[in-house]
Amino acid sequence: MAEIEKLAVSLVINGKKIQRFVEPRTLLIHFLREDIGLTGAHIGCETGHCGACTVEIDGQSVKCCTMFAIQANGSSVNTVEGLANADGTLHALQEGFRQMHGLQCGYCTPGMLMRAKVLLSETPDPTEEEIRYGISGNLCRCTGYQNIVKSIQHAAATLNGRTLQDAAE
Amino acid sequence: MIPGPFAYYRPSSVAEAVGLLVRLGDEARPLAGGHSLIPMMKLRMATPEHLVDLAGVAGLKEIRDNGATITIGATVTQAELINSELLLRRLPILRETALQVADPQIRSKGTLGGNVANGDPGNDMPALMHCLNATYLLEGPAGSRLVPARDYYQGAYFTALGQGELLTGVSIPVPPLGHGYAYEKLKRKIGDYATAAAAVVLTLVDGRVATASIALTNVAATPLFAEAAGAIVLGSTLDAATVKRAAAAAKAITDPATDGRGTAEYRREMTGVMVSRALMKAAARARIGG
Ligand SMILES: Cc1cc2nc3c(=O)[nH]c(=O)nc-3n(C[C@H](O)[C@H](O)[C@H](O)COP(=O)(O)OP(=O)(O)OC[C@H]3O[C@@H](n4cnc5c(N)ncnc54)[C@H](O)[C@@H]3O)c2cc1C
Ligand code: FES
Ligand code: FES
Repeated sequence: MAEIEKLAVSLVINGKKIQRFVEPRTLLIHFLREDIGLTGAHIGCETGHCGACTVEIDGQSVKCCTMFAIQANGSSVNTVEGLANADGTLHALQEGFRQMHGLQCGYCTPGMLMRAKVLLSETPDPTEEEIRYGISGNLCRCTGYQNIVKSIQHAAATLNGRTLQDAAE
Repeated sequence: MIPGPFAYYRPSSVAEAVGLLVRLGDEARPLAGGHSLIPMMKLRMATPEHLVDLAGVAGLKEIRDNGATITIGATVTQAELINSELLLRRLPILRETALQVADPQIRSKGTLGGNVANGDPGNDMPALMHCLNATYLLEGPAGSRLVPARDYYQGAYFTALGQGELLTGVSIPVPPLGHGYAYEKLKRKIGDYATAAAAVVLTLVDGRVATASIALTNVAATPLFAEAAGAIVLGSTLDAATVKRAAAAAKAITDPATDGRGTAEYRREMTGVMVSRALMKAAARARIGG
């Protein structure tokens, strides 16, 4: 097959305008990690199952191992690198994961955080069940999920002006 | 896992997309959400040389109420089906089914058109389209044609879609207000394809079944319209004996494979359980007015 022409992709990543040339088959996860140097989104399964690669695209959660970079042309992409507040303090979700021990090895954490961010934007005060269904596309091999759920509850409480009356397991 | 190389096209109209598919020939494929196609390309089970991205094609994103029917554009995503107020009101089984497809992230990309066009027996929407007696709107080099969902599937990944044709949408006759419905899916975990699943839409008059439609997911090479099972419950109050006979009629038309989800025998048995549960749930909802 003849050599395939690279295509221009322009998008906004964590608020910054980016333009690059990519091979059409370049997956968005590889583009972010290798071309842009944002290694926060992880590669777990590369098959759409684990959610470690979850990023936010135009307000929606997407597993970017199953998407070509060129499909994100014109989109706004947020990764975990852009999650902290502008003044460098932690986002309520990051603080929640810190307080409630929402991670052990941390491999799933960027995906969990970015998924939880969209979940809380769609459902600002979720029930435990809504949280569990909301993160059902994200696998964690370490925590048993209890503390991840509590971390998201902690963040929801903070964002709703409450204090969570609970402790990590 | 990186897919093989391909050339990428982003047409802005149906005519342009069809033109590209015709010109590029056998090695070209439409790309919708990519959540079936990209995994297959990674495994080299699909090696298209040209991908025609439908994301920029105008007019395929609409959910339109035509009164007796609702048409849904091919690139409407599963998340958009879930969030549609119109569907919640008039065709709530679409939301119920979409919520059982994969997980939230996949539903933001996966489209209705990609789910039904493909002919993957694991997909949930094709059986639902059988249950609802939907019609697929196809657009190709020779113009447009309508194919009933019940005639579209010929085998696993083998459909009535012709060379250069695009599925532009589906048209669904809206069941009467107050109908009962249910999509019951047995799966090992969230994000798994069905071990067995059943879609039911029915209406009750004075506590008796006036109309009933039953279809089955992932228990044969194609989705199955369980016509005989639906006929059995007509006129009944869905007493235990009738439900059991309907479940048996549904099981009789299945031909499931033994796989990681269970033996063929188990999956056939579970089909009966899903049909019984879906019938009872649909009836309960019909009684309280849908
Ligand atoms: C981890 C995982 C779990 C999943 N679980 C489920 C599940 O439980 N149930 C389920 O139903 N699905 C499941 N899916 C599949 C998912 O719903 C797919 O996204 C969907 O079936 C295909 O839609 P798509 O838009 O992604 O299509 P694509 O992957 O883009 O396309 C699929 C095929 O259809 C063709 N095509 C696409 N659009 C058209 C069109 N308009 N006209 C003609 N041909 C077209 C393409 O050329 C391709 O061959 C899962 C996927 C993953 C990755
Ligand atoms: S790496 Fe994308 S879902 Fe696992
Ligand atoms: S903390 Fe190790 S995978 Fe989740």
